[in-house]
Order: sequence, then structure tokens, then C-alpha cells
Amino acid sequence: MTSVMLDPAAAQPDAPAPVLEVRGLSVQFDGFKALDGVDLTVQTGELRFLIGPNGAGKTTLIDCITGLTTPSAGEVLFEGRALGRSREHARVRMGIGRSFQTPTVFESLTVLDNLDLADSFRRRLPALFLRRRGVSDAVARTLERIRLDGVADRLAGTLSHGQKQWLEIGMLLVQGPRLLLLDEPVAGMSPDERLETGALLQELAADHTVVVIEHDMAFLRRFAHCVTVLHEGRVLSEGTVEQVQADPVVREVYLGRSRDERSGAAPPPVPLEVLP
Amino acid sequence: MSATALVEASAPATAAKARGRAVAGRARSWPARVAFGLFAATLIALPGLLGDPASVRQWAEWLCYAMVAVGLDLAWGYGGMLALGQGLFFGLGAYAMGMHLSLEQVPAGALPEFMGLYSDYTELPLLWRPFSSFWFAAAAAVLLPVLFAGLLGLLVFKRRIRGPFFAILTQATAVIFALVLVGNLKLTAGFNGLTGFTQVFGRSKYDASTGTWLFTIAAGGLLVVLAVAMKVVNSRYGKLLQATRDSEDRVRFLGYDPAIVKTVAFCIAAGMAGLAGAIAAPVFGIVSPGQFDFLPSILFICWVAVGGRGTLWGAVVGAIAVNWARVTVSAARPDDWQYLQGLLFVLVLAFVPGGLAGVIRSLWHRVAAKRASPPAVASASAPAEATT
Repeated sequence: MTSVMLDPAAAQPDAPAPVLEVRGLSVQFDGFKALDGVDLTVQTGELRFLIGPNGAGKTTLIDCITGLTTPSAGEVLFEGRALGRSREHARVRMGIGRSFQTPTVFESLTVLDNLDLADSFRRRLPALFLRRRGVSDAVARTLERIRLDGVADRLAGTLSHGQKQWLEIGMLLVQGPRLLLLDEPVAGMSPDERLETGALLQELAADHTVVVIEHDMAFLRRFAHCVTVLHEGRVLSEGTVEQVQADPVVREVYLGRSRDERSGAAPPPVPLEVLP
Repeated sequence: MSATALVEASAPATAAKARGRAVAGRARSWPARVAFGLFAATLIALPGLLGDPASVRQWAEWLCYAMVAVGLDLAWGYGGMLALGQGLFFGLGAYAMGMHLSLEQVPAGALPEFMGLYSDYTELPLLWRPFSSFWFAAAAAVLLPVLFAGLLGLLVFKRRIRGPFFAILTQATAVIFALVLVGNLKLTAGFNGLTGFTQVFGRSKYDASTGTWLFTIAAGGLLVVLAVAMKVVNSRYGKLLQATRDSEDRVRFLGYDPAIVKTVAFCIAAGMAGLAGAIAAPVFGIVSPGQFDFLPSILFICWVAVGGRGTLWGAVVGAIAVNWARVTVSAARPDDWQYLQGLLFVLVLAFVPGGLAGVIRSLWHRVAAKRASPPAVASASAPAEATT
């Protein structure tokens, strides 16, 4: 008992159930197999990147984990518990947070209100009828962490694209999720914003379990520890960035001819997207 | 190792707290309070200013409509639910109070007059009995709509039915309600409705002061409804409601159930419509199906749109202004109002989606911007100086 654990679920060092366990997950849309027997295990504290060309099933996988899509076979376990058919908001309350490809913040509310609503999600309905007084510590801390403390009273609709993405991440953070699922958090960002977001992600990964969908190779190389490659609804490969890039199957199916990728000192940011 | 990490983590938290509080400016509430006070004062003075009892009665009617409009604005303007059947809730409230008033006209235990004509009842039907109590009728007028809206809302929103489907569904409930009223002649007096309220809560309808008295009740009702709506809008729930309007899925992934959020707003709107109906029954002096079917339900939407959806004052002003225009135009050119009303609605939807309130707001911003622009540098500190 040398360390103080805040989280009761994590306080069993002997038998740590993986935060996320996906077993034989399949999804069909009108006969098309979006996912075909996917297995995925994410341990506590991991920062896992999920890559794959368009239509590989990355977003569908996240949709299944969050309850937006019902799988036709297989199951998803969160901290050892099967999620079954529980609804989206119930899964959020269990501790699964997600962001979307396009940042969706509430544009007609202020930045502060956005965060405050996220922070209040465990309050009972009658308590929501009280007017907000002051700002909770969690909200104040998060405002700073996502670098938006200067624009707290502005309408979220007036933020830049990157700021909206951070606000969305902040809304996730303030809820203290035990699993964070981020769908293309740097899509559409400027190079500077990408770097800052990457730094933010690394900060997050220090005390959260994070699964990130990302296309950008440069970003991946810089920030990824462990990568899972999806292709046509199956897991193609899994390992470190180097391992995955060296995997001949991945190279053949996915990277195609760009063999000299890793040789240069400053490799060009080749998005994995470009290949069919 | 995590113990030290935690200690370190808590130190900057207090600093962040102080900074966060400084950042979090709360919206100033005094302009809303002043406006509310002025509005209340106007309502108190109005019967004296109008003088004419007929006008006072008419205004009382409009205030009841304004109550419905405020509730509808919560559901539609803030919650994004195009509720096309508010007539149902308005009607439930009106019928609940209308039944009580019908019983007030006859000795205790006796049948209301119409039952002698249309039915073979020898004693008061079970459904009618509790309505001899005013408090039961008043409670039922508000609670029945709330209950019905709650059931309908959960049924519809849990299944994620929204948009036009929700609108059609609510519209259908209003139509069915009117059909049920017409179809149950023995219990409801059918198409003719409940009439002949010569005694109104122990006062004579012909007494000159009764009109003013009813106006005062309507004004009080509207002020209460408005105050409640303002509280709701400014609360966390109010923000959540707007968030649900803007992106239901995002709210879901914030850990809230949008179905519950929407149902609550729908219930509040229904309760307000029910209260309005209960007050409107003695004001109208008649409660009949035609007052509560689909047409009035659509008109409620029209008023809120003209006044400005998403602003509570817009709903109040819209309901009163359009009705005032109706009476004024109808007096001069009786045949033209229907066309004018249709045209007004189309024009507002097409060109002024913000309604009257939207126009006033943009004018205000333009004036404020013009006033603020000359000393461009000082503009940020100007409000602070003005208050000291």
C-alpha cells in the first residue's frame, strides 16, 4: 500500500482486467461487413492508435464501443463487464468518453457553459434547475489545461476549429472518463495546432487510457506507442509504429510502394489515406 | 509514485480555482429584472388605461394566449420541439375548469344543464364528480396536461422520433382530442361545448368588476409563467435544453438522456398551456372543441415565430401583437385577416427567422456598436467605468 489510488476499479493490482476488451466483433450494414471478427485489448494507461484506410472500420469500431452501433456478433467488455445493449449515455456514465471527427460543441453556449454541462453530467435532474454559481475546480483546471481560460465567456461558435477540438477534448476530460476514444483529433488542424494537440494528448495519456483514430503519419510517428492497423473490417497488424511499418503484410496491403519511408532524416508526412 | 503525483496535482488546482472564478463572469440579470418589473407595472395599470370592459376581457384572453406561447417557446424555441398540438393541453386545462364552472351554475350534486338535454343521466357521472371542487379542477388543469405530455414525450423521444414526425404526432393528438370531445356528447356537450358560466367563482359574470378581476388573475398567471420560464432558461437545465436542441447526439455522449431532457421541457410547456386554459375558461365564457383543435395549435406556433422564438419576451409580445392585429384588422376589413395572417407567417419564416425580438436585437447591436466604435480603445473598459 505504498500508493494512493483514487479509482476503486483500478485498485486491484493482482488481476487488472483490461480497460477495454473487444471480442470477435462483427457489424453488417445491408450485407456489407464493416467489421469482421475484430479482437482488441487495451490495458489501463495505454495510448493506442488505430489506423487504417477509409472504410477499414475504425469509426464503426468506436461506434460499437460507445453504443451508437449495435454489433451483429461479438461483444465489448469495459473493465471486465460486458456492455451488452446499454445505451450511449449509460456508457458515458460508466466512464467511456468519445469525441467525433468533426468537433461538436454547443455553439450557442459559452465555452464555460459547455464545460460546465459536461462537468454536471452526474447531477440529478432536479439539481440542474439551479442556476450555476461560480465554477467548479474541475472546470477551472480543465479550462487551463485545454488553453481556453482566456476565452471562457465567449460563445463556443466563435472559436477556431482547433479551439473547438480542444474544447471537445476538455469536455471529455472534465468528466474523468476511464477510457477516452478520440476520432481524428487533429483532422483539419494547422501544423501548430497539431503539435499543441499532440502535446495535450501526451499529457492526457499520462493519466488516462486513450484510443486515438488517426491518419496522419507524421503525427503518428511522433506520438504513438502502440498501433493497431485495421483493414476491411479486420485487424491486420498490431505493434509499435516501427513494427507495423516493417510488417510486410501492412506494407503490401497498405503502404504499397513507399518503401523508403523511414530512411530520411525528415520524412515527409505521408498520410496513409492516399492509398486505395 | 502516484502519491507524490497527486500532491503535486492538487497544488496548482487552487490557483486555477481562483483564476477560474475571475474568468467566469455571470450574465447580468438586472436588465431582465427591470423589464419584468416594467411589464408587471404595465399589466397592473392596463385595465384602468383601457377602461372599456370588452377590451379588458379581450386583453385577459391575450394574456392567456401569451402563457401558452411562453411554454411553447420553451419547447420549440429553446428545446427545438415543434409541438403542433398545444391546443390539446390548453383544452385539457380549459375543460377541467369549464367542468367546475358548469357545476357551479347548478346546486351541489345536480347535473349540469346540458346533460338534461343530451343525456339520460340521473346522477352526476363519475368523471364529473371531483370537478365540483375548485382545487381539484385547478390541479387537474395543470397536472393532466403534464401527465399526458410526460407519457407522450417519453414514448416519442425514447424512440428518437423528432422533427416533422414529432410535429405531426402532436398535431394528431390535438385533432383526436377535439374528435373525442365532439364524439362524447353526453359527457362534454359535444360541439357546442360548455357554456352559460353566469356565476364565475362566486361572482356574477355581469358584474363590471368581474372582468377586471379575471384580467388580474390572467396577468398574475402570465407573470408566474414568465418568471418560471426565466428561471428554467437560466438554469443549467436551460443550457442543457438548448444544447439538446443544437446537437442531441452530443448531449447523449455527454452522459445525459436527451429523451428525459426533452420530455421535461414538453411537460413544462404542457403545464403552462393547461394553466392558461384554466384561466381562459371563465374569460372566454365558453369551452368548446373548436377552440382547441389543430387550427389554434398552429396559431400558437405562428405567434411565437412572429414574436421571436428562443426569446421569452418574443413569445409574449408575439401572442399579444398578432392578436391585437387580428382584432384591429378584422374590425376594419373582416374578410382580409386570414390572408394577412398567412402572409405574415410566411414572411416571418422566410425573411425574419428571429421574429420581432430578432429585429430588435440586431437593431440594438447596431446602435451599441455605433456608440462603442468611436473611442475604439476605450470600449473595453467603458462598462466598468460606467458602473463605478
